[in-house]
Amino acid sequence: MLDTQNIESHTLSVLVDDEPGVLARVVGLFSGRGYNIESLTVSVVDKKKKTSRISVVTTGTPQVINQIEQLLSRLIPVHKVEDLTNGSPHVERELALVKIVNKGDSRIESLRIADSFRARILDSSLNSFVFEVTGASEKVSAFIDLMESLGKVEVARTGICGITRGNKIDLVD
Amino acid sequence: MAEKLQKYKTKQIPGAELLLKCLEDQDVEVIFGYPGGAVLPIYDALFKNNRIKHILVRHEQAAVHAAEGYARSTGKVGVVLVTSGPGATNAVTGLTDALMDSVPVVCLTGQVPTHLVGTDAFQEADTSGITRQCTKHNYLVTKSADLQVIVLEAFHVAKTGRPGPVLIDLPKDILMLDAPYSNSPEIQEEATKRYYPRINPDAKAIKDAVRILKKAKKPIIYGGGGIINSGLKASENLEKLVNMTGWPTTLTLMGLGALPAEDKHFLGMLGMHGTYEANLAMYNCDVMLNVGARFDDRVTGKLSEFSPQSEKIHIDIDGSSINKNIQVDVGIVGDAGVVLDALISEMKTQSFEPNSTALEKWWQKINEWRSRECLRYKQINQVIKPQFAIERLYELTKNKDTFVTTEVGQHQMWAAQYFGFNKPNRWMTSGGLGTMGYGLPAAMGVQVAHPNSLVIDISGEGSFMMNMQELSTISQYNLPVKIFILNNEWLGMVRQWQELIHGGRYSQSYSASLPDFVKLADTFGMTGLVAEYASDLDDVINKMLETDGPVIADIRIEKEENCFPMIPSGAAHNEMILGPDDQEGAISESGKILV
Repeated sequence: MLDTQNIESHTLSVLVDDEPGVLARVVGLFSGRGYNIESLTVSVVDKKKKTSRISVVTTGTPQVINQIEQLLSRLIPVHKVEDLTNGSPHVERELALVKIVNKGDSRIESLRIADSFRARILDSSLNSFVFEVTGASEKVSAFIDLMESLGKVEVARTGICGITRGNKIDLVD
Repeated sequence: MAEKLQKYKTKQIPGAELLLKCLEDQDVEVIFGYPGGAVLPIYDALFKNNRIKHILVRHEQAAVHAAEGYARSTGKVGVVLVTSGPGATNAVTGLTDALMDSVPVVCLTGQVPTHLVGTDAFQEADTSGITRQCTKHNYLVTKSADLQVIVLEAFHVAKTGRPGPVLIDLPKDILMLDAPYSNSPEIQEEATKRYYPRINPDAKAIKDAVRILKKAKKPIIYGGGGIINSGLKASENLEKLVNMTGWPTTLTLMGLGALPAEDKHFLGMLGMHGTYEANLAMYNCDVMLNVGARFDDRVTGKLSEFSPQSEKIHIDIDGSSINKNIQVDVGIVGDAGVVLDALISEMKTQSFEPNSTALEKWWQKINEWRSRECLRYKQINQVIKPQFAIERLYELTKNKDTFVTTEVGQHQMWAAQYFGFNKPNRWMTSGGLGTMGYGLPAAMGVQVAHPNSLVIDISGEGSFMMNMQELSTISQYNLPVKIFILNNEWLGMVRQWQELIHGGRYSQSYSASLPDFVKLADTFGMTGLVAEYASDLDDVINKMLETDGPVIADIRIEKEENCFPMIPSGAAHNEMILGPDDQEGAISESGKILV
């Protein structure tokens, strides 16, 4: 009997060929089998070898996570699947752009908080800022929570992207 | 992809001709297909080609099933050619069937020219989008320079690892424009190197497995379709293992024939309509060796009570099958035949000896279960029992090299239970997807591959009518397929479930307005036969076998016969219904929601 109790959150790093439909294959695998995607980021990482890296955060029991890893591995354009959460030490970062509209004391307070979160100001008008904040997802969320208590807020987040620590390099071929 | 060709000397030929050249390079002898606007260039190239035969089906779904029949009876890749839009969408059921049952098929679909893709052009469908989830892999060719490499990789992907359907979507301009072709032998290797599934097992896993096997007192071998897909060597290895251990062995629906049905170690098929002895041996065993099966829900029944006391070893070429439904103690990823080889040699190294005292006791227990004769039925009066019909068919054909296909439903289960398969690749049925209408076109594909063999489609009247347009194909090519219809004038399995679960409210399950099958045969220029009474049966079967061309045999069977034994849905292996006497209230409330 399989475990249905212990739900965990894992960050998977998937190295794929940069070809049409590859993202649809990965996303379709999750939706078709009822798995969750908490966040997803994808971009070309090697123009010469035409590879992209997909970082996907998913939740499930250890069996489900293992199943997802296996299912991803069997896709033809997938070269490597790494469960960063289970594997060797790694770093994860997320970036958010946060627009806040406010005036007076709230405006000054939001600037002060932004400073303590090391957020950068990307844009400003007389009654608004756009901040750039980078860090662990929890930090980004905490910053957004604070901003929401100080004015009208609009958010764009990249989702988590991660990579292993140390001197190991993924090579395709 | 294109850059892979750059290293080699190429010549330019039109895409459609290049495609056929690539098929020839893959030793493709036959294509099952249906023409249309987008694939006209390929049909034109076929017109001038005398090496590849084309079988014109009457519906694209049938083309895929025919290719599946061809593939499963030969071990080669089946090839399908259909047009864009409706041609492709009609193929979807067949592709899904091939995916679920791991059948190597390459499906070529036409597409509107690249400059019209995305404009809702006539007969345009997003084929690569629609088929992404029902193929092992698919391609949309957007550059002529990619064509050869894609075709090479497609065949490699279809047949390597866990086999499956691969689709190539071909815009019409790609088919007409010149494309580079290289006959360099290295191009094959170059084109296929990015997909290399694991074939050889991990040595440590093999050692761990043998350690468990050595302890076994109540072992069972549970084999599946992975053995058949691996090739003849795997079946030979299975037989070797069975003889070396003396262990009881059961096979899934997809695995029938991997061990001869007549082998004394064979307990029959397991699962929902498997034998009592196979299911109880699964429930009570202490060591289970799964070779190339995937713990499908038809096999396991209630997961929480599946073989509760056993240590489990699972051999599968698809890593994602391991620990999917059932948690196992040792998972071995690799090709069934290769893994069995490794296992047998490691057993020898570890000087494996079966525990003969324990094994004798275990066989005693199994023989007790066997003595319940769970497949017994009574043929008392003149109404033909379906079990009797299949048994007679087996008896009268067993000295021939017979290939059997089926449709889906009660007749399929009776065929699995009462027809003995003594060789692999002789049994073609839709297991995973359960596609009614599979058997008739699959039988065509088998007959095309084995023109001189006896090919029988064991059918029900309901399933038969789902692809009966193929009678025309059978007639055109004079394929001597024998269509053996167990006709009970019901969608029998639906009727059975309505009886067991829905209080006998037979909603829409009666087969009304059936044709006269003898006359139907006649209109297609084939022989029609009918058996109404038990005493007619042998004569009808013999007449069917003596007839050179295709035959439809309408076997009028007992109308309300149920298929037993049965593990009711939601129940465990030890809760089987053996016959009509214990079916009352056998299905729990939670079982009723299962399919």
